[in-house]
Amino acid sequence: MSNAIEAEQLVKIYKAKRGSQEVRALDGVNLSVPEGTVLGLLGPNGAGKTTTVRILTTLLRPDGGKATVGGFDVVEQSKDVRRIIGLSGQYAAVDENLTGWENLYMFGRLYELPKSETKKRVDELLEQFNLTDAGARTIKTYSGGMRRRLDLAGALIGHPKILFLDEPTTGLDPRSRLAMWDVIRGLVSDGTTLLLTTQYLEEADELADKIAVVDNGTIIAKGTSDELKAQVGGERVEVVLADGSRLAEAATLLEPLSVGEIEREERTRRIVCPSRGGSKKVIAAAQILDDHGIEVEDIALRRPSLDDVFLTLTGRRAEEIDSDDEDGDVA
Amino acid sequence: MSVLESGPVSDALIITWRNLKRIPRIPELAIFAVLQSIMFVLLFAYVFGGAIPLPGGGSYNEFLMPGIFVQTIAFASATTAIGVADDMGKGLIDRFRSLPMARSAVLTGRTVADVIYQAGILVVLMLAGLVVGWRVNNGFAKFMFAVVLLLAFAYVMAWIGVWIGLSVPNTETAQQLTFVTIFPLTFISNVFVPPASLPAVLQPIAEWNPVSTLTASCRELFGNPNPTIGTAFPSQHPIEVTIIWAIVLIAIFAPLAVRKYRNTSR
Ligand SMILES: Nc1ncnc2c1ncn2[C@@H]1O[C@H](COP(=O)(O)OP(=O)(O)OP(=O)(O)O)[C@@H](O)[C@H]1O
Ligand SMILES: [Mg+2]
Repeated sequence: MSNAIEAEQLVKIYKAKRGSQEVRALDGVNLSVPEGTVLGLLGPNGAGKTTTVRILTTLLRPDGGKATVGGFDVVEQSKDVRRIIGLSGQYAAVDENLTGWENLYMFGRLYELPKSETKKRVDELLEQFNLTDAGARTIKTYSGGMRRRLDLAGALIGHPKILFLDEPTTGLDPRSRLAMWDVIRGLVSDGTTLLLTTQYLEEADELADKIAVVDNGTIIAKGTSDELKAQVGGERVEVVLADGSRLAEAATLLEPLSVGEIEREERTRRIVCPSRGGSKKVIAAAQILDDHGIEVEDIALRRPSLDDVFLTLTGRRAEEIDSDDEDGDVA
Repeated sequence: MSVLESGPVSDALIITWRNLKRIPRIPELAIFAVLQSIMFVLLFAYVFGGAIPLPGGGSYNEFLMPGIFVQTIAFASATTAIGVADDMGKGLIDRFRSLPMARSAVLTGRTVADVIYQAGILVVLMLAGLVVGWRVNNGFAKFMFAVVLLLAFAYVMAWIGVWIGLSVPNTETAQQLTFVTIFPLTFISNVFVPPASLPAVLQPIAEWNPVSTLTASCRELFGNPNPTIGTAFPSQHPIEVTIIWAIVLIAIFAPLAVRKYRNTSR
Protein backbone atom coordinates (compact mmCIF):
# COMPACT_ATOMS: atom_id res chain seq x y z
CA MET A 1 0.00 0.00 0.00
CA SER A 2 1.38 3.40 -0.86
CA ASN A 3 1.68 6.28 1.54
CA ALA A 4 -0.68 9.18 1.15
CA ILE A 5 1.53 11.38 3.27
CA GLU A 6 5.29 11.12 3.62
CA ALA A 7 7.58 13.46 5.43
CA GLU A 8 11.29 13.05 5.77
CA GLN A 9 13.43 15.04 8.13
CA LEU A 10 11.25 18.14 7.98
CA VAL A 11 12.89 21.19 9.48
CA LYS A 12 11.27 24.56 10.01
CA ILE A 13 13.00 27.53 11.49
CA TYR A 14 11.01 30.66 12.20
CA LYS A 15 13.30 33.62 11.74
CA ALA A 16 13.94 35.88 14.65
CA LYS A 17 11.72 38.93 14.61
CA ARG A 18 11.79 42.04 16.71
CA GLY A 19 11.72 40.95 20.32
CA SER A 20 11.69 37.24 19.55
CA GLN A 21 14.36 34.65 19.05
CA GLU A 22 14.76 32.24 16.20
CA VAL A 23 12.57 29.20 16.79
CA ARG A 24 13.44 25.75 15.53
CA ALA A 25 9.82 24.66 15.34
CA LEU A 26 10.50 21.39 13.54
CA ASP A 27 13.72 19.55 13.97
CA GLY A 28 13.61 16.52 11.71
CA VAL A 29 10.03 15.27 11.60
CA ASN A 30 9.43 11.94 9.89
CA LEU A 31 5.93 10.75 9.14
CA SER A 32 4.29 8.27 6.88
CA VAL A 33 0.56 7.80 6.61
CA PRO A 34 -0.66 4.89 4.48
CA GLU A 35 -3.63 5.58 2.22
CA GLY A 36 -6.99 5.33 3.92
CA THR A 37 -5.63 5.47 7.47
CA VAL A 38 -5.75 8.04 10.23
CA LEU A 39 -2.68 9.46 11.89
CA GLY A 40 -3.16 11.34 15.12
CA LEU A 41 -0.50 13.94 15.79
CA LEU A 42 -0.42 14.41 19.51
CA GLY A 43 1.64 16.94 21.38
CA PRO A 44 1.65 19.73 23.93
CA ASN A 45 1.34 23.42 23.04
CA GLY A 46 4.13 24.61 20.83
CA ALA A 47 5.23 21.10 19.90
CA GLY A 48 5.07 21.80 16.18
CA LYS A 49 1.76 20.23 15.18
CA THR A 50 0.39 23.24 13.33
CA THR A 51 3.73 23.88 11.68
CA THR A 52 3.77 20.31 10.37
CA VAL A 53 0.24 20.64 9.02
CA ARG A 54 1.05 23.96 7.37
CA ILE A 55 4.05 22.51 5.58
CA LEU A 56 2.10 19.49 4.38
CA THR A 57 -0.72 21.70 3.10
CA THR A 58 1.74 23.89 1.13
CA LEU A 59 1.19 26.99 3.28
CA LEU A 60 4.69 26.97 4.64
CA ARG A 61 7.95 26.11 2.95
CA PRO A 62 10.17 23.74 4.93
CA ASP A 63 13.73 24.84 5.62
CA GLY A 64 14.91 21.28 5.36
CA GLY A 65 13.67 17.84 4.46
CA LYS A 66 11.10 16.73 1.97
CA ALA A 67 7.43 15.87 1.99
CA THR A 68 4.97 14.40 -0.44
CA VAL A 69 1.20 14.36 -0.23
CA GLY A 70 -0.64 12.02 -2.57
CA GLY A 71 2.68 11.44 -4.28
CA PHE A 72 3.17 15.13 -5.06
CA ASP A 73 6.00 17.16 -3.63
CA VAL A 74 4.61 19.87 -1.35
CA VAL A 75 7.10 22.45 -2.60
CA GLU A 76 7.56 21.58 -6.27
CA GLN A 77 4.01 20.42 -7.05
CA SER A 78 2.04 22.47 -4.59
CA LYS A 79 -0.89 23.06 -6.90
CA ASP A 80 -1.36 19.32 -7.45
CA VAL A 81 -1.27 18.86 -3.70
CA ARG A 82 -3.92 21.53 -3.19
CA ARG A 83 -6.25 19.75 -5.62
CA ILE A 84 -6.47 16.62 -3.49
CA ILE A 85 -6.36 17.96 0.04
CA GLY A 86 -8.83 19.52 2.41
CA LEU A 87 -7.65 21.63 5.33
CA SER A 88 -9.33 22.86 8.42
CA GLY A 89 -6.86 24.96 10.37
CA GLN A 90 -6.61 25.40 14.09
CA TYR A 91 -8.70 28.57 13.99
CA ALA A 92 -11.86 28.73 11.91
CA ALA A 93 -11.08 30.63 8.70
CA VAL A 94 -14.38 31.74 7.26
CA ASP A 95 -15.63 35.03 5.88
CA GLU A 96 -17.48 36.85 8.66
CA ASN A 97 -19.57 38.87 6.26
CA LEU A 98 -20.83 36.03 4.15
CA THR A 99 -23.53 33.57 5.15
CA GLY A 100 -22.68 29.97 5.86
CA TRP A 101 -24.10 29.00 2.50
CA GLU A 102 -22.10 31.67 0.66
CA ASN A 103 -18.88 30.68 2.38
CA LEU A 104 -19.21 27.07 1.34
CA TYR A 105 -20.27 28.07 -2.16
CA MET A 106 -17.19 30.25 -2.48
CA PHE A 107 -14.87 27.49 -1.28
CA GLY A 108 -16.53 24.97 -3.60
CA ARG A 109 -16.16 27.19 -6.64
CA LEU A 110 -12.55 27.93 -5.77
CA TYR A 111 -12.06 24.21 -5.46
CA GLU A 112 -12.96 24.07 -9.15
CA LEU A 113 -16.33 22.39 -8.68
CA PRO A 114 -18.94 23.31 -11.29
CA LYS A 115 -21.70 25.65 -10.17
CA SER A 116 -24.60 23.23 -9.98
CA GLU A 117 -22.55 20.59 -8.24
CA THR A 118 -21.28 23.14 -5.75
CA LYS A 119 -24.82 24.16 -4.83
CA LYS A 120 -25.84 20.57 -4.24
CA ARG A 121 -22.76 19.87 -2.20
CA VAL A 122 -23.24 22.98 -0.06
CA ASP A 123 -26.78 21.96 0.88
CA GLU A 124 -25.57 18.47 1.63
CA LEU A 125 -22.79 19.67 3.93
CA LEU A 126 -24.97 22.19 5.77
CA GLU A 127 -27.36 19.37 6.48
CA GLN A 128 -24.61 17.02 7.55
CA PHE A 129 -23.17 19.57 9.96
CA ASN A 130 -26.51 20.55 11.32
CA LEU A 131 -26.28 24.07 9.94
CA THR A 132 -29.12 24.07 7.45
CA ASP A 133 -31.07 26.73 9.34
CA ALA A 134 -28.01 28.81 10.07
CA GLY A 135 -26.90 28.59 6.46
CA ALA A 136 -28.72 31.77 5.55
CA ARG A 137 -27.18 33.85 8.34
CA THR A 138 -23.88 35.69 8.21
CA ILE A 139 -21.04 34.10 10.16
CA LYS A 140 -20.95 37.10 12.49
CA THR A 141 -24.01 35.64 14.17
CA TYR A 142 -22.49 32.18 14.60
CA SER A 143 -21.21 30.75 17.86
CA GLY A 144 -17.64 29.50 18.05
CA GLY A 145 -18.73 25.90 17.63
CA MET A 146 -20.86 26.73 14.60
CA ARG A 147 -17.92 28.47 12.95
CA ARG A 148 -15.77 25.49 13.66
CA ARG A 149 -18.28 23.16 12.05
CA LEU A 150 -18.65 25.39 9.03
CA ASP A 151 -14.89 25.54 8.68
CA LEU A 152 -14.76 21.77 8.70
CA ALA A 153 -17.53 21.58 6.13
CA GLY A 154 -15.42 23.93 4.01
CA ALA A 155 -12.54 21.48 4.17
CA LEU A 156 -14.76 18.69 2.86
CA ILE A 157 -16.38 20.56 0.01
CA GLY A 158 -14.23 19.10 -2.74
CA HIS A 159 -14.36 15.49 -1.52
CA PRO A 160 -10.64 15.60 -0.73
CA LYS A 161 -8.76 12.32 -0.77
CA ILE A 162 -6.46 13.53 1.96
CA LEU A 163 -7.70 15.58 4.84
CA PHE A 164 -5.80 17.66 7.38
CA LEU A 165 -7.61 18.67 10.52
CA ASP A 166 -5.78 20.83 13.04
CA GLU A 167 -7.52 20.38 16.38
CA PRO A 168 -10.93 19.86 14.78
CA THR A 169 -12.92 19.55 17.96
CA THR A 170 -11.31 22.22 20.10
CA GLY A 171 -14.10 24.45 21.30
CA LEU A 172 -16.91 22.05 20.53
CA ASP A 173 -19.36 20.94 23.18
CA PRO A 174 -19.44 17.21 23.98
CA ARG A 175 -22.39 16.52 21.73
CA SER A 176 -20.90 18.34 18.76
CA ARG A 177 -17.65 16.57 19.41
CA LEU A 178 -19.31 13.18 19.24
CA ALA A 179 -21.14 14.23 16.08
CA MET A 180 -17.85 15.39 14.60
CA TRP A 181 -16.24 12.08 15.41
CA ASP A 182 -19.06 10.35 13.57
CA VAL A 183 -18.51 12.52 10.54
CA ILE A 184 -14.80 11.84 10.63
CA ARG A 185 -15.33 8.09 11.01
CA GLY A 186 -17.68 8.19 8.04
CA LEU A 187 -15.06 9.92 5.90
CA VAL A 188 -12.41 7.45 6.89
CA SER A 189 -14.63 4.48 6.10
CA ASP A 190 -15.07 6.01 2.65
CA GLY A 191 -11.33 5.81 2.18
CA THR A 192 -10.19 9.32 3.07
CA THR A 193 -6.71 9.56 4.51
CA LEU A 194 -6.65 11.78 7.57
CA LEU A 195 -3.98 13.58 9.51
CA LEU A 196 -5.44 14.91 12.68
CA THR A 197 -3.79 16.95 15.39
CA THR A 198 -5.29 17.03 18.79
CA GLN A 199 -4.69 17.78 22.41
CA TYR A 200 -7.41 15.35 23.41
CA LEU A 201 -5.85 12.02 24.00
CA GLU A 202 -9.24 10.42 24.02
CA GLU A 203 -9.81 11.77 20.53
CA ALA A 204 -6.60 10.28 19.18
CA ASP A 205 -7.55 7.02 20.88
CA GLU A 206 -11.01 7.08 19.28
CA LEU A 207 -10.11 8.09 15.77
CA ALA A 208 -6.52 7.35 14.95
CA ASP A 209 -5.06 4.12 13.62
CA LYS A 210 -1.59 5.34 14.48
CA ILE A 211 -0.48 8.02 16.84
CA ALA A 212 2.67 10.09 16.63
CA VAL A 213 3.63 12.00 19.74
CA VAL A 214 5.49 15.17 18.88
CA ASP A 215 7.39 17.35 21.28
CA ASN A 216 9.89 20.13 20.66
CA GLY A 217 9.74 19.62 16.93
CA THR A 218 10.48 15.93 16.81
CA ILE A 219 8.45 12.74 16.91
CA ILE A 220 9.25 11.15 20.22
CA ALA A 221 7.00 8.09 19.93
CA LYS A 222 4.96 6.39 17.27
CA GLY A 223 2.56 3.48 17.21
CA THR A 224 -0.98 2.32 17.81
CA SER A 225 -2.51 3.49 21.02
CA ASP A 226 -2.05 0.02 22.51
CA GLU A 227 1.62 0.02 21.60
CA LEU A 228 2.09 3.41 23.18
CA LYS A 229 0.28 2.34 26.32
CA ALA A 230 2.43 -0.74 26.54
CA GLN A 231 5.48 1.53 26.51
CA VAL A 232 4.48 3.17 29.75
CA GLY A 233 3.47 0.05 31.61
CA GLY A 234 0.67 -2.43 32.01
CA GLU A 235 -2.51 -2.63 34.00
CA ARG A 236 -2.88 -2.23 37.73
CA VAL A 237 -5.39 -2.70 40.49
CA GLU A 238 -6.09 0.40 42.53
CA VAL A 239 -7.66 0.14 45.96
CA VAL A 240 -8.81 2.95 48.21
CA LEU A 241 -9.29 1.99 51.84
CA ALA A 242 -11.79 3.46 54.24
CA ASP A 243 -9.22 3.42 57.04
CA GLY A 244 -5.81 4.80 56.13
CA SER A 245 -4.11 3.23 59.15
CA ARG A 246 -4.44 -0.25 57.61
CA LEU A 247 -2.63 0.70 54.42
CA ALA A 248 0.58 -1.19 55.21
CA GLU A 249 -1.31 -4.29 56.25
CA ALA A 250 -3.38 -4.28 53.08
CA ALA A 251 -0.33 -3.80 50.92
CA THR A 252 1.31 -6.86 52.42
CA LEU A 253 -1.84 -8.90 51.88
CA LEU A 254 -1.97 -7.96 48.21
CA GLU A 255 1.68 -8.80 47.65
CA PRO A 256 0.95 -12.25 46.09
CA LEU A 257 -1.31 -10.69 43.45
CA SER A 258 1.21 -8.13 42.35
CA VAL A 259 3.63 -8.46 39.47
CA GLY A 260 5.72 -5.49 40.54
CA GLU A 261 6.32 -3.10 43.33
CA ILE A 262 3.21 -2.01 45.20
CA GLU A 263 2.82 1.72 45.71
CA ARG A 264 1.17 3.25 48.74
CA GLU A 265 -0.24 6.77 48.88
CA GLU A 266 -0.94 7.65 52.51
CA ARG A 267 -2.79 10.84 51.84
CA THR A 268 -5.33 9.35 49.48
CA ARG A 269 -5.43 5.98 51.30
CA ARG A 270 -4.61 4.35 47.99
CA ILE A 271 -2.72 1.22 47.01
CA VAL A 272 -1.57 0.76 43.43
CA CYS A 273 -0.76 -2.81 42.59
CA PRO A 274 0.71 -3.70 39.18
CA SER A 275 -1.16 -6.76 37.95
CA ARG A 276 -1.80 -9.06 35.07
CA GLY A 277 -4.99 -11.02 34.46
CA GLY A 278 -7.71 -8.40 34.21
CA SER A 279 -10.77 -8.25 36.40
CA LYS A 280 -10.13 -11.60 38.10
CA LYS A 281 -7.40 -9.89 40.07
CA VAL A 282 -9.80 -7.23 41.23
CA ILE A 283 -12.20 -9.84 42.57
CA ALA A 284 -9.35 -11.70 44.24
CA ALA A 285 -8.05 -8.51 45.84
CA ALA A 286 -11.50 -7.57 47.10
CA GLN A 287 -11.90 -11.07 48.52
CA ILE A 288 -8.60 -11.01 50.40
CA LEU A 289 -9.23 -7.61 51.93
CA ASP A 290 -12.77 -8.55 52.90
CA ASP A 291 -11.53 -11.77 54.54
CA HIS A 292 -9.30 -9.66 56.76
CA GLY A 293 -11.99 -7.18 57.59
CA ILE A 294 -10.40 -4.28 55.76
CA GLU A 295 -13.09 -2.00 54.46
CA VAL A 296 -12.66 -1.03 50.84
CA GLU A 297 -14.02 2.27 49.66
CA ASP A 298 -13.15 1.87 46.02
CA ILE A 299 -11.47 -0.76 43.94
CA ALA A 300 -10.82 -0.70 40.22
CA LEU A 301 -8.74 -2.07 37.41
CA ARG A 302 -6.80 0.65 35.62
CA ARG A 303 -5.15 0.44 32.26
CA PRO A 304 -2.80 3.24 31.29
CA SER A 305 -4.66 5.93 29.45
CA LEU A 306 -3.16 7.88 26.63
CA ASP A 307 -2.92 10.65 29.19
CA ASP A 308 -0.38 8.58 31.05
CA VAL A 309 1.45 8.02 27.79
CA PHE A 310 1.37 11.68 26.96
CA LEU A 311 2.56 12.81 30.36
CA THR A 312 5.23 10.18 30.62
CA LEU A 313 6.61 10.75 27.16
CA THR A 314 6.49 14.50 27.07
CA GLY A 315 7.36 14.87 30.72
CA ARG A 316 4.86 17.62 31.10
CA ARG A 317 1.31 17.94 32.19
CA ALA A 318 -1.26 17.65 29.45
CA GLU A 319 -3.62 19.92 31.29
CA GLU A 320 -3.35 22.48 34.01
CA ILE A 321 -6.11 20.74 35.95
CA ASP A 322 -4.93 19.79 39.39
CA SER A 323 -5.31 16.04 39.70
CA ASP A 324 -6.07 16.46 43.41
CA ASP A 325 -9.51 17.64 42.38
CA GLU A 326 -10.70 14.07 42.25
CA ASP A 327 -10.35 13.79 46.02
CA GLY A 328 -13.56 15.72 46.09
CA ASP A 329 -13.07 17.69 49.27
CA VAL A 330 -15.55 20.24 48.04
CA ALA A 331 -17.85 21.22 50.85
CA MET B 1 -18.68 29.82 -20.70
CA SER B 2 -15.93 27.48 -19.62
CA VAL B 3 -13.70 30.41 -18.63
CA LEU B 4 -16.40 31.34 -16.17
CA GLU B 5 -16.73 27.81 -14.80
CA SER B 6 -13.18 27.45 -13.57
CA GLY B 7 -9.73 28.94 -13.98
CA PRO B 8 -8.20 32.28 -13.04
CA VAL B 9 -11.04 34.43 -14.40
CA SER B 10 -13.71 32.43 -12.64
CA ASP B 11 -11.68 32.47 -9.42
CA ALA B 12 -11.20 36.23 -9.62
CA LEU B 13 -14.92 36.69 -10.23
CA ILE B 14 -15.77 34.63 -7.15
CA ILE B 15 -13.45 36.72 -5.03
CA THR B 16 -14.88 39.90 -6.52
CA TRP B 17 -18.37 38.63 -5.70
CA ARG B 18 -17.30 37.86 -2.17
CA ASN B 19 -15.82 41.31 -1.66
CA LEU B 20 -18.84 43.07 -3.09
CA LYS B 21 -21.21 41.02 -0.90
CA ARG B 22 -19.74 42.50 2.21
CA ILE B 23 -20.33 46.12 1.23
CA PRO B 24 -24.06 46.24 2.00
CA ARG B 25 -23.44 44.06 5.05
CA ILE B 26 -21.09 46.55 6.63
CA PRO B 27 -22.87 49.73 5.52
CA GLU B 28 -20.92 51.76 8.10
CA LEU B 29 -17.84 51.53 5.90
CA ALA B 30 -19.44 53.10 2.84
CA ILE B 31 -21.40 55.60 4.90
CA PHE B 32 -18.31 56.82 6.73
CA ALA B 33 -16.29 57.00 3.52
CA VAL B 34 -18.95 59.25 1.97
CA LEU B 35 -19.50 61.25 5.16
CA GLN B 36 -15.81 61.92 5.54
CA SER B 37 -15.64 63.31 2.01
CA ILE B 38 -18.76 65.37 2.47
CA MET B 39 -17.29 66.78 5.66
CA PHE B 40 -14.28 67.96 3.67
CA VAL B 41 -16.61 69.48 1.07
CA LEU B 42 -18.51 71.39 3.74
CA LEU B 43 -15.35 72.42 5.55
CA PHE B 44 -13.62 73.79 2.49
CA ALA B 45 -16.65 75.00 0.57
CA TYR B 46 -18.16 76.94 3.43
CA VAL B 47 -15.48 77.47 6.10
CA PHE B 48 -12.09 77.94 4.39
CA GLY B 49 -13.21 78.33 0.80
CA GLY B 50 -14.17 81.97 1.15
CA ALA B 51 -10.61 82.80 2.18
CA ILE B 52 -9.00 81.00 -0.75
CA PRO B 53 -8.88 83.21 -3.85
CA LEU B 54 -8.60 81.43 -7.19
CA PRO B 55 -6.18 83.07 -9.59
CA GLY B 56 -8.17 83.58 -12.76
CA GLY B 57 -11.42 83.53 -10.85
CA GLY B 58 -14.20 80.94 -10.99
CA SER B 59 -16.26 79.09 -8.43
CA TYR B 60 -14.30 77.63 -5.52
CA ASN B 61 -16.82 74.81 -5.17
CA GLU B 62 -16.34 73.82 -8.80
CA PHE B 63 -12.59 73.91 -8.19
CA LEU B 64 -12.93 71.85 -5.02
CA MET B 65 -15.05 68.91 -6.13
CA PRO B 66 -12.60 67.18 -8.52
CA GLY B 67 -10.03 67.40 -5.72
CA ILE B 68 -12.50 65.77 -3.33
CA PHE B 69 -13.10 62.92 -5.80
CA VAL B 70 -9.37 62.28 -6.03
CA GLN B 71 -8.85 62.59 -2.29
CA THR B 72 -11.61 60.10 -1.60
CA ILE B 73 -10.12 57.61 -4.01
CA ALA B 74 -6.67 58.08 -2.55
CA PHE B 75 -7.99 57.33 0.92
CA ALA B 76 -9.80 54.28 -0.39
CA SER B 77 -6.47 52.47 -0.36
CA ALA B 78 -6.92 52.38 3.40
CA THR B 79 -10.14 50.40 2.98
CA THR B 80 -8.32 47.94 0.78
CA ALA B 81 -5.38 47.67 3.14
CA ILE B 82 -7.63 47.12 6.14
CA GLY B 83 -9.67 44.50 4.28
CA VAL B 84 -6.59 42.58 3.24
CA ALA B 85 -5.02 42.79 6.70
CA ASP B 86 -8.31 41.55 8.14
CA ASP B 87 -8.36 38.57 5.76
CA MET B 88 -4.80 37.77 6.79
CA GLY B 89 -5.60 38.01 10.47
CA LYS B 90 -8.71 35.87 10.19
CA GLY B 91 -6.77 33.15 8.37
CA LEU B 92 -8.82 33.54 5.19
CA ILE B 93 -5.77 34.20 3.08
CA ASP B 94 -4.32 30.93 4.32
CA ARG B 95 -7.51 29.15 3.44
CA PHE B 96 -7.40 30.59 -0.07
CA ARG B 97 -3.78 29.59 -0.36
CA SER B 98 -4.68 26.01 0.53
CA LEU B 99 -7.23 25.81 -2.31
CA PRO B 100 -6.36 24.85 -5.89
CA MET B 101 -7.42 28.32 -7.06
CA ALA B 102 -5.39 30.71 -9.18
CA ARG B 103 -3.15 32.58 -6.77
CA SER B 104 -3.62 35.82 -8.69
CA ALA B 105 -7.36 35.70 -8.08
CA VAL B 106 -7.34 36.77 -4.44
CA LEU B 107 -5.62 40.04 -5.34
CA THR B 108 -7.27 40.80 -8.67
CA GLY B 109 -10.68 39.96 -7.22
CA ARG B 110 -10.05 42.28 -4.31
CA THR B 111 -8.82 45.19 -6.43
CA VAL B 112 -11.60 44.87 -8.99
CA ALA B 113 -14.23 44.80 -6.24
CA ASP B 114 -12.70 47.86 -4.64
CA VAL B 115 -12.84 49.78 -7.91
CA ILE B 116 -16.52 48.91 -8.32
CA TYR B 117 -17.09 50.05 -4.74
CA GLN B 118 -15.25 53.32 -5.44
CA ALA B 119 -17.37 53.85 -8.54
CA GLY B 120 -20.44 53.73 -6.31
CA ILE B 121 -18.95 56.20 -3.85
CA LEU B 122 -18.00 58.47 -6.74
CA VAL B 123 -21.60 58.56 -7.94
CA VAL B 124 -22.78 59.66 -4.51
CA LEU B 125 -20.07 62.31 -4.28
CA MET B 126 -20.86 63.66 -7.74
CA LEU B 127 -24.50 64.04 -6.75
CA ALA B 128 -23.38 65.83 -3.60
CA GLY B 129 -21.14 68.00 -5.79
CA LEU B 130 -24.04 69.00 -7.99
CA VAL B 131 -25.87 70.15 -4.87
CA VAL B 132 -23.03 72.51 -3.84
CA GLY B 133 -22.65 73.95 -7.31
CA TRP B 134 -20.16 71.69 -9.10
CA ARG B 135 -20.89 71.41 -12.84
CA VAL B 136 -19.67 69.40 -15.84
CA ASN B 137 -19.02 71.97 -18.55
CA ASN B 138 -17.20 70.11 -21.31
CA GLY B 139 -19.63 67.46 -22.48
CA PHE B 140 -20.13 63.77 -21.93
CA ALA B 141 -17.06 62.33 -23.69
CA LYS B 142 -14.61 64.31 -21.61
CA PHE B 143 -16.63 63.61 -18.50
CA MET B 144 -16.34 59.88 -19.16
CA PHE B 145 -12.63 60.22 -19.81
CA ALA B 146 -12.23 61.84 -16.40
CA VAL B 147 -14.25 59.05 -14.79
CA VAL B 148 -12.03 56.45 -16.44
CA LEU B 149 -8.93 58.24 -15.14
CA LEU B 150 -10.43 58.36 -11.65
CA LEU B 151 -11.25 54.65 -11.69
CA ALA B 152 -7.85 53.77 -13.11
CA PHE B 153 -6.35 55.69 -10.23
CA ALA B 154 -8.66 53.83 -7.86
CA TYR B 155 -7.28 50.58 -9.27
CA VAL B 156 -3.72 51.73 -8.71
CA MET B 157 -4.53 52.80 -5.15
CA ALA B 158 -6.19 49.42 -4.51
CA TRP B 159 -2.95 47.63 -5.43
CA ILE B 160 -0.99 49.90 -3.11
CA GLY B 161 -3.57 49.10 -0.45
CA VAL B 162 -3.17 45.36 -1.06
CA TRP B 163 0.56 45.63 -0.70
CA ILE B 164 0.25 47.58 2.55
CA GLY B 165 -2.39 45.18 3.87
CA LEU B 166 -0.14 42.19 3.23
CA SER B 167 2.87 43.90 4.76
CA VAL B 168 1.47 44.99 8.12
CA PRO B 169 0.79 42.81 11.14
CA ASN B 170 -2.81 43.91 11.78
CA THR B 171 -5.69 46.11 10.67
CA GLU B 172 -4.83 48.99 13.02
CA THR B 173 -1.39 49.34 11.50
CA ALA B 174 -2.89 49.09 8.02
CA GLN B 175 -5.18 52.00 8.81
CA GLN B 176 -2.50 54.15 10.39
CA LEU B 177 0.10 53.48 7.74
CA THR B 178 -2.18 54.40 4.85
CA PHE B 179 -3.39 57.53 6.59
CA VAL B 180 0.07 58.85 7.34
CA THR B 181 1.13 58.33 3.74
CA ILE B 182 -2.05 59.54 2.04
CA PHE B 183 -2.65 62.64 4.16
CA PRO B 184 0.50 64.48 3.07
CA LEU B 185 -0.14 63.40 -0.51
CA THR B 186 -3.54 65.10 -0.53
CA PHE B 187 -2.42 68.21 1.37
CA ILE B 188 0.77 68.90 -0.56
CA SER B 189 -1.29 69.10 -3.71
CA ASN B 190 -3.73 71.27 -5.61
CA VAL B 191 -6.75 69.56 -4.01
CA PHE B 192 -7.79 72.35 -1.64
CA VAL B 193 -5.75 75.35 -2.69
CA PRO B 194 -4.27 76.67 -5.93
CA PRO B 195 -0.74 75.23 -6.07
CA ALA B 196 0.81 78.67 -6.43
CA SER B 197 -0.29 79.53 -2.90
CA LEU B 198 1.82 76.71 -1.40
CA PRO B 199 5.30 77.45 0.07
CA ALA B 200 7.88 77.51 -2.72
CA VAL B 201 9.74 74.41 -1.45
CA LEU B 202 6.59 72.33 -1.66
CA GLN B 203 5.55 73.53 -5.08
CA PRO B 204 7.59 71.03 -7.14
CA ILE B 205 6.24 68.19 -5.01
CA ALA B 206 2.70 69.47 -5.39
CA GLU B 207 3.19 69.77 -9.11
CA TRP B 208 4.44 66.24 -9.71
CA ASN B 209 2.23 64.63 -7.07
CA PRO B 210 -0.08 62.19 -8.88
CA VAL B 211 -2.94 63.43 -6.73
CA SER B 212 -2.37 66.90 -8.24
CA THR B 213 -1.98 65.76 -11.81
CA LEU B 214 -5.14 63.67 -11.61
CA THR B 215 -7.04 66.55 -9.99
CA ALA B 216 -5.81 68.94 -12.67
CA SER B 217 -6.78 66.43 -15.36
CA CYS B 218 -10.29 66.16 -13.97
CA ARG B 219 -10.66 69.92 -13.68
CA GLU B 220 -9.56 70.28 -17.27
CA LEU B 221 -11.87 67.55 -18.51
CA PHE B 222 -14.88 68.70 -16.47
CA GLY B 223 -14.22 72.31 -17.48
CA ASN B 224 -13.78 73.44 -13.86
CA PRO B 225 -11.43 76.24 -12.73
CA ASN B 226 -7.90 74.90 -13.03
CA PRO B 227 -5.28 77.38 -11.84
CA THR B 228 -1.77 76.04 -12.45
CA ILE B 229 1.63 77.15 -11.24
CA GLY B 230 2.88 78.04 -14.67
CA THR B 231 4.74 76.39 -17.42
CA ALA B 232 6.06 73.34 -15.63
CA PHE B 233 5.58 70.09 -17.56
CA PRO B 234 3.03 68.40 -15.26
CA SER B 235 0.96 71.58 -15.19
CA GLN B 236 0.93 71.70 -18.96
CA HIS B 237 0.26 68.00 -19.54
CA PRO B 238 -1.60 66.73 -16.49
CA ILE B 239 -3.41 63.94 -18.34
CA GLU B 240 -0.27 62.44 -19.85
CA VAL B 241 1.59 62.66 -16.56
CA THR B 242 -1.33 61.04 -14.75
CA ILE B 243 -1.38 58.12 -17.18
CA ILE B 244 2.36 57.65 -16.80
CA TRP B 245 2.01 57.77 -13.03
CA ALA B 246 -0.69 55.11 -13.13
CA ILE B 247 1.44 52.81 -15.27
CA VAL B 248 4.54 53.33 -13.17
CA LEU B 249 2.77 52.84 -9.86
CA ILE B 250 0.98 49.70 -10.94
CA ALA B 251 4.20 48.33 -12.42
CA ILE B 252 5.81 48.78 -9.01
CA PHE B 253 3.08 47.84 -6.59
CA ALA B 254 1.27 44.99 -8.36
CA PRO B 255 4.40 42.81 -8.54
CA LEU B 256 5.35 43.81 -4.99
CA ALA B 257 1.91 42.78 -3.77
CA VAL B 258 1.93 39.53 -5.70
CA ARG B 259 5.35 38.64 -4.34
CA LYS B 260 4.28 39.49 -0.83
CA TYR B 261 1.19 37.32 -1.26
CA ARG B 262 3.19 34.36 -2.48
CA ASN B 263 5.56 34.61 0.43
CA THR B 264 3.13 35.36 3.22
CA SER B 265 3.80 33.22 6.25
CA ARG B 266 6.48 31.28 4.50
N1 LIG C 1 4.78 32.51 12.73
C1 LIG C 1 5.61 32.12 13.71
N2 LIG C 1 6.70 32.87 14.00
C2 LIG C 1 7.55 32.49 14.97
N3 LIG C 1 7.42 31.38 15.71
C3 LIG C 1 6.37 30.58 15.46
C4 LIG C 1 5.40 30.92 14.46
N4 LIG C 1 4.47 29.95 14.45
C5 LIG C 1 4.82 29.06 15.40
N5 LIG C 1 5.97 29.42 16.01
C6 LIG C 1 6.68 28.67 17.06
O1 LIG C 1 6.93 27.38 16.58
C7 LIG C 1 6.72 26.40 17.58
C8 LIG C 1 5.71 25.38 17.09
O2 LIG C 1 4.44 26.02 16.93
P1 LIG C 1 3.16 25.26 16.41
O3 LIG C 1 2.13 26.29 16.17
O4 LIG C 1 3.53 24.37 15.29
O5 LIG C 1 2.78 24.40 17.69
P2 LIG C 1 1.49 23.50 17.96
O6 LIG C 1 1.98 22.14 18.27
O7 LIG C 1 0.51 23.63 16.86
O8 LIG C 1 0.94 24.16 19.30
P3 LIG C 1 -0.58 24.38 19.80
O9 LIG C 1 -0.98 23.12 20.46
O10 LIG C 1 -0.42 25.46 20.81
O11 LIG C 1 -1.40 24.77 18.64
C9 LIG C 1 6.29 27.16 18.82
O12 LIG C 1 7.42 27.33 19.62
C10 LIG C 1 5.83 28.49 18.30
O13 LIG C 1 6.08 29.50 19.24
MG1 LIG D 1 -1.39 24.34 16.71
